[in-house]
Amino acid sequence: MRQFIVFVRKEFYHIFRDKRTLLILFGMPVVLIVLFGFAITNEIHHVQIAVLDNARDTYSQQMIRKMTSSGYFTVKQNLRSADEIEVAFHKGDIKLVVVIPDHFGDKFYHQKKAPVQLLADASDPNTGTTVINYATAIIGQYQQEMTGKLELPLTINTEVRMEYNPSLKGVFLFVPGVMTLILMLVSAMMTSITITREKELGTMEILLVSPLRPVLIIAGKVVPYIALSFIIACIILVMGFFIFGMPIKGNLLLLLGECGLFGLTALSLGILISSVTNSQQTAMMISMMGLLLPTILLSGFVFPVESMPRPLQIFSNIIPAKWFIIILKDVMLKGAGLRQILLPTVILGGMTLFFLVLSVRNFKTRLS
Amino acid sequence: MNNYAIVTKDLTKRFGDFIATDAITFEVQQGEIFGFLGANGAGKTTAMRMLCGLLKPSSGEAKIAGFDVYTQTEKVKKSIGYMSQKFSLYEDLTVKENIRFYGGIYGLGNQQIKDKTHALLQQLNMEKEAGHLVSSLPLGWKQKLSFSIAVLHDPSIVFLDEPTGGVDPITRRQFWDLIYEAADRGVTIFVTTHYMDEAEYCNRISIMVDGKIKALDTPQKLKEQFNADSMNDVFLQLARAKS
Amino acid sequence: MRTIFFILQKEFLQIFRNRAMLPIIFVVPVVQLLVLSFAANYEIKNLSVDIVDQDNSTWSRQLRDKLLASGYFSLNRQTFNPKEAYKDLEANKADLVLTIPRHFERDLVRENEVKLQMLVNAINGSKAGLANGYATSIINSFNRQIRLDWLAMDEDNAPEHIAVSSRYWFNPDMNYKFFMVPGILVVLVTLIGAFLSGMNIVKEKEMGTIEQLNVTPIRKHHFIIGKLLPFWIIALFELSFGLVVGKLVFNIPIVGSIGYVFLFAAIYLVVMLGMGLLVSTFTETQQQSMFITWFFMIIFILMSGLFTPVESMPGWAQQLTLINPIAYFVKVIRMVMLKGSGWADIRYYLGMMLVFAVVINSIAVWNYRKTV
Repeated sequence: MRQFIVFVRKEFYHIFRDKRTLLILFGMPVVLIVLFGFAITNEIHHVQIAVLDNARDTYSQQMIRKMTSSGYFTVKQNLRSADEIEVAFHKGDIKLVVVIPDHFGDKFYHQKKAPVQLLADASDPNTGTTVINYATAIIGQYQQEMTGKLELPLTINTEVRMEYNPSLKGVFLFVPGVMTLILMLVSAMMTSITITREKELGTMEILLVSPLRPVLIIAGKVVPYIALSFIIACIILVMGFFIFGMPIKGNLLLLLGECGLFGLTALSLGILISSVTNSQQTAMMISMMGLLLPTILLSGFVFPVESMPRPLQIFSNIIPAKWFIIILKDVMLKGAGLRQILLPTVILGGMTLFFLVLSVRNFKTRLS
Repeated sequence: MNNYAIVTKDLTKRFGDFIATDAITFEVQQGEIFGFLGANGAGKTTAMRMLCGLLKPSSGEAKIAGFDVYTQTEKVKKSIGYMSQKFSLYEDLTVKENIRFYGGIYGLGNQQIKDKTHALLQQLNMEKEAGHLVSSLPLGWKQKLSFSIAVLHDPSIVFLDEPTGGVDPITRRQFWDLIYEAADRGVTIFVTTHYMDEAEYCNRISIMVDGKIKALDTPQKLKEQFNADSMNDVFLQLARAKS
Repeated sequence: MRTIFFILQKEFLQIFRNRAMLPIIFVVPVVQLLVLSFAANYEIKNLSVDIVDQDNSTWSRQLRDKLLASGYFSLNRQTFNPKEAYKDLEANKADLVLTIPRHFERDLVRENEVKLQMLVNAINGSKAGLANGYATSIINSFNRQIRLDWLAMDEDNAPEHIAVSSRYWFNPDMNYKFFMVPGILVVLVTLIGAFLSGMNIVKEKEMGTIEQLNVTPIRKHHFIIGKLLPFWIIALFELSFGLVVGKLVFNIPIVGSIGYVFLFAAIYLVVMLGMGLLVSTFTETQQQSMFITWFFMIIFILMSGLFTPVESMPGWAQQLTLINPIAYFVKVIRMVMLKGSGWADIRYYLGMMLVFAVVINSIAVWNYRKTV
């Protein structure tokens, strides 16, 4: 037992002496959360627009003012003719062009119909749609003002309630995602690298001839990283809670337990990777390409899984991260209990066992 | 115009408060085999790196092949060859490709490279291995190849930093045959080593202790001076003298 | 000068002899391009909706049909029981629950006003926003329609209104891939430029061959050029390769001149290689080099406007974009390929790239001289 502790202590020394890597390990989650919490969003504000105002009467100017005072739009350019529209778009910053016909007020009140054109840069289809929606809504409100308090018959009002995330905070989706990413990074990638590094340097053989049993060697290498990833996960939770008001509606112990489970899953993946290669570089590459990238892309963390084509959706089922994110979201945001997340939990457990069995088999064949 | 290959005067290197090389002064004749000995940490490697133009001295003078190490580093580099402890051949290139690379780096023309490659392979009996990756060669062969590449561009001086580590005595002896052959051609050999028996192969040797040169003479005279039977004894006496 | 040629020769030999390198250069980018393009989809379709229709009148049915016919929504469950629908929401089976109350049709006529309730699963904020937007605009359009029908008026005799017509320029099919693929190409090229180049230099440090090279008469800047130039070439090759794949598989438009894209890429890569070089002067092992580069690249990529628009970022983040080379390239490649922007439009960004290239390479080379 004492030998085991000595070994674990050596591993801790390795980790803490590599200041650069440590900095990244702790700095990365903090930076990611700040970015995702504050900068990565699809909401629009102060979108730059151009106006081709052929009327230039009080009404058209009022309408434009209403658009800019909403905070969603700012007028960057006033166009003088339709020829200038394409040029304005080409410059790159204009996302919307509003074309107002001549005699705008006149057409509205006497001809009962004033056609306004909204031309959106649909390079980014979502921004295009959102911009058109917002502009249309504001124009609709202005129309209401122009006609006075005329009550229209048959009015359907829709009361919308945003469940689980009333203020539509993007961070609620990303805190679970960042936690998953970091656990994957530390537990899987670093573990695979540390084991292969020992192999590369040749010190692995020395360990194998020592009285320490192979299983304890692996365990000893892995324990510091479990601890590390757990600490970092807690830091992320605390940051999410205090800085962004991310709720933890469910049972905290359950949450931590699930984090532990996923940590083990990631760990077993790291061990599996290190059992198939002797080179650090290869271990790194496999971790990057085979683990981190699919985790980021296909787990539902950044891009919704439902929007992906069927084959990718099916593929995403074998990515452990996907199940962990579901667990995190359900427990933290919906307050789910063990019963509701039983399925994903069992799946994660099964995956862990599977990876471990595979690794053990690989190690055995290699050593013999 | 003296024909000293290497001249140093009070050459010193300080790292903060630590003096690695302490005002060493010596000369090496052209064509000499000069052994540079000392325990680990005595300052050998630092001194050598200054002479190669890899490190700027803190103070003192040094001239390599007549060129000043402070102001004429480029000319120094063109006139010397170097073989480091790690041999520094590219393991993932073939023998031939390594030769071509270093030949080209030192400015040899294509035809020259071709001719020299042929001659080198013949001399080392490596014609069959020309197209093999260096990683597949045994250690002794890598050393010999390294040396041959170091002198490929016919430098007037070649620096060897512990060139024979890790091989058996017979292979080491074969390596020194190459060195003799180069010395016969007039190349100055500046070699550092741990092996005291190799010290006997040199024309003159110097022994560094704690950054200073504590002995400099032919092996024979040193043995007389210290009343020793072997260079090993000389070395031990000097090493113990400091403590 | 000739020495650069010999260094290049050695580099290319080493790169292509490295078994791991070939798949990294050829297979991985293609896989990434394909997977990423298909996965990186913010298009919201197939939102699953539960409809609680407690009225079961003509109008409630018409509203339901209109929602489902839009293509955005697919029906998960229709029920009378709101509790059932809420359970679906909780179980992630429904994204949206629309409740049409009893006497919907009757109250609309008698009281002139009725309230529908819509519950949206807002865990994914932007998805919820879009879902809300679509549903609301469909409901409003339905409202307008029945109003006109009821008042037995046609469009021309309607009360005064502003007729808003909208048109989507440059991507009328609203194909999200057209938007993403050029951006992903930027990422691919960046990875090669920044990662591989830096790691390559650090590898020589790790192996010790750097010492041997330092003794030779090779000038340091020759060495740097020789080390970086292969990756410049490979990255540009990747770009062409990626463009071909993009065209064949996704049929991405190339409205503007592709020459501008390559011109920009050429300078952009010099910046990226400079970054790789800079990182290599700070690190001793390949692992460190990879980590640090990865750290910065992730930040730059996330803030580049690739996935979320720069305009949506807060002020401080938008300022940071000004020194983010990736953001420039992403913007320019989309401008040129989707909109056909030309020289006058991109020359400012190109100029900035040149400045970046000079600055960062000067710092990197200076630091290299000092430390290696």
